[in-house]
Amino acid sequence: MPRRRARIPAAVLLIAPSLVVMTALFAWPLVVGVGQAFSGPDGPTLAYARRMLDDPYFWPAVRNTALLIVVLIPVQFAFALTMALLLRERPRFAGFHFYVWVIPLAISDLAAGLVWLSVFADRGYLNSVLDHLGVDGVAWLSYQNTATMFLAVVVAELWRSTSLVLVIVVAGLQGIPKDYDEAAAVFGATYRQRLRHVVLPQLRPSLQVALILRTILALETFAVAQALTGRSLPLLVGETYQWYNVLQNPNVATAIALVVLAVSMLAAAGYLRLLRDRTVTQ
Amino acid sequence: MSARRRWERAAIQAACVAITLFMGVPLYLIALAALSSRDSLNQFPLPLLPTDPSTETMSTFLQSTGVTGGFINSLTVGLGTVVLALLVGVPAGYAVARYAFRGKDTYQLILLLTRALPIVVLSVPLARIFLDTGLYDTTYAVMLLHTALALPTTVLITAAIFVGVSHEQEEAAMIFGASPLQAFLRVVAPQALPGIAAAAMFAFMLSWNEVLGATVLTLNQRTLPAQVLTTLADSPLAYRFAGGLALVLPALVFIAVMRRYLLNMWGTTLR
Amino acid sequence: MSAVTVHNLVKTYASGGKRATDDVSLEVADGEFLVLVGPSGCGKTTLLRMVAGLETPDSGTVSIGGRDVTDLPARQRGLSMVFQSYAIFPHMKVRQNIGFGLMMRKVPKEEFDRRVKRAAELLQLGEFLDRYPAQLSGGQRQRVAVARAIVVDAAVLLMDEPLSNLDALLRLQFRAELKRIVSQIGTTTLYVTHDQAEAMSLGDRVAVMRDGKVAQIGAPLEVYDRPADRFVGGFLGSPPMNFLTATVRDGSLVIGDVSLPAPDLLSTWEGHEVVVGVRAENIQVSEEPAPGWVPAQVEVVEPTGAALLLTARLGEAQLKIQAPATFPAGPDQQVHLRPAPKALRFYDPSTGLALAVDQGLGGRVGRRVTP
Repeated sequence: MPRRRARIPAAVLLIAPSLVVMTALFAWPLVVGVGQAFSGPDGPTLAYARRMLDDPYFWPAVRNTALLIVVLIPVQFAFALTMALLLRERPRFAGFHFYVWVIPLAISDLAAGLVWLSVFADRGYLNSVLDHLGVDGVAWLSYQNTATMFLAVVVAELWRSTSLVLVIVVAGLQGIPKDYDEAAAVFGATYRQRLRHVVLPQLRPSLQVALILRTILALETFAVAQALTGRSLPLLVGETYQWYNVLQNPNVATAIALVVLAVSMLAAAGYLRLLRDRTVTQ
Repeated sequence: MSARRRWERAAIQAACVAITLFMGVPLYLIALAALSSRDSLNQFPLPLLPTDPSTETMSTFLQSTGVTGGFINSLTVGLGTVVLALLVGVPAGYAVARYAFRGKDTYQLILLLTRALPIVVLSVPLARIFLDTGLYDTTYAVMLLHTALALPTTVLITAAIFVGVSHEQEEAAMIFGASPLQAFLRVVAPQALPGIAAAAMFAFMLSWNEVLGATVLTLNQRTLPAQVLTTLADSPLAYRFAGGLALVLPALVFIAVMRRYLLNMWGTTLR
Repeated sequence: MSAVTVHNLVKTYASGGKRATDDVSLEVADGEFLVLVGPSGCGKTTLLRMVAGLETPDSGTVSIGGRDVTDLPARQRGLSMVFQSYAIFPHMKVRQNIGFGLMMRKVPKEEFDRRVKRAAELLQLGEFLDRYPAQLSGGQRQRVAVARAIVVDAAVLLMDEPLSNLDALLRLQFRAELKRIVSQIGTTTLYVTHDQAEAMSLGDRVAVMRDGKVAQIGAPLEVYDRPADRFVGGFLGSPPMNFLTATVRDGSLVIGDVSLPAPDLLSTWEGHEVVVGVRAENIQVSEEPAPGWVPAQVEVVEPTGAALLLTARLGEAQLKIQAPATFPAGPDQQVHLRPAPKALRFYDPSTGLALAVDQGLGGRVGRRVTP
């Protein structure tokens, strides 16, 4: 038997640097973070967690974040689906419309907040338009008007983050062979029936991914609210920022961050579970 | 075309225009605000047409403390992130595309999972780590964080690109006398280059837009968004509008350049 | 000297655990054109790729021109190859594509130009040298792949299903051209295909592979005429060889109600079943009954232009018969058949192997003459 060349595990050599980077910058900080949140100068402690829970801003932040997700996500998905289905009808200037609709993909949440600040500010464009129309302006972003403040954040987020759902849905639609839709039409299905029984079921994998991604990202909403409202509409990640940058307490900041992480993971796991169950029962 | 069909077409066109207005008008407004003089910004109601264009607001913003430095830092961090993410990510993407190795599925799962890690969870502990290692408040610190954030997407995008260059081409190059490295450089790299450029732009954009981590990891070496965020509360509206436009402009260029890749990258590869 | 010798090659892929090539040995003589043919998954491509150095065998050796190259990377084996997908480089012009091997060998400029030009002319690509592959048709891309392979004057030329991506007409055309070019340059050639007609028409010899082993190797007509087992008979030829079960009784072959004289070699099979193989063109057909002719029922009639392909039922068995194009036959008609006695082949029903050949030609002789 002749000797074989030693198999150089080229693949291992190639992925090794990325493993090093991810261990150093993902795994290691996670471990340090848990340490920061749960150990004080005298060993393990729940003091930081308690301090987080006792903070008057914490529960409103939880409530606002949850409310934002519950309101934003369904509206956003309906909006994105509408946009995608409109494009599917090949309107005139579809290319231009699509370009404008996806611009926000590359716009940061801070920039989006500042863009909408020009609209919602007391002396901003929305009130200017209302004034032109002879209607009294509204103090949209005043801390006394929680509802309008929340609305402003939802609109800004809708504007900024729907494009992500849109590209996922459009790509998903492109992956559905036209034959199915045409076959259904030949057999007499109406537009609504085709949507319900042909298009949406095949779009489901795309929608699932978009849903998980968007939920996790919505949990991290922060700079939009910061730019529009400061701390008047507290959100979870905004509180981390406050505790770290303003109150200079990294331990409590990490504790809140871990809450965000836990909820993110729960959301991802929950969705996957839910969707898998549905696949099985179908 | 039946009357009903014609009505439908008109409704579709109208809906598209309405959505385009919703998406486009705010961009027009921020540009209008940032390109107005300070005086016209103090008027009420604000003029809705560019009656008095002026660079006053923008130039005041650019001359504010920390803004020029922020620009330079943002560029440094962005370019550094691109270089690091490509150096580490391209080989890994190649491995994922070409080799079957044990743990490949796990590796890909980890890549996807890390994308679900909130930045905030990494930033605060990283600040601790960087304080200990002397990297805190340097552009390198932000660069490392952004590299980590951009890495999974870089690997996924480049893997998709390398899958698109058939392995038989590399084999053909080797049959005709090329070493594996020569085959990669002469045959694969030229074909993958546009896609790799797209991945690079993606990494740059991610870095340009990232606020929270950059704010947490620096005190003086702020990137532009971090600078704008931390001075937000104490700045006049004009400053914020100018900052908004400065942050939005690269996005317009980016999307215009990347149109071809948008659906493939966000829509398919990265979902 | 550039004979290729493959010795006891074994290759198992991690997935499945089945051997892709199972202890294969064969030799391609210097200047010979050998075709590896077989159904998909038979190991022919794996074998070719191991010769090329693109796949490492688990055990066994590959030698080229007497030199053991088993451990050499592809680029040091001095061979060239045409790939199934052509694998020409889309970012290079035709000139650079054809000259890629020369460039790697750092051939001087004038010689590079001269050789690329000659190869391009041989394949009628002269006017396309400055185009990109995307501007060429599929057939032209195929020509580029072949030109790139022959320009390097390698000692061994490997081809992996080079015609399978062409449409039927082009494939037929290019097949003949390929045969002419290869015989002109006289390189040792190993050619893989799943198309039996291609194998028959191109090879000096063909090796029929099945399940990782070589089932039979020999000159095309010999393998066609005397398949070493039922698989080879069924795989080569269109339509495939007919197989009927018969019993040897009192020196006759009994098929259903009819009996034919049995050849001497079946004397030891008296009272046993054998499988009779006969090609469609070796069965005579007539409308009139005659002594020694067997009645059969026509089921399907397929005119092919040059001939008439009949599907007929004979007792339990279905037969394909090639009749003259003018033969007046319709469905459900009774016809009478007579196989040419010298064209009958006999197979062991349990092993499928040929029992014997009545003339001492090469190929594999049935190893088991007694039941």
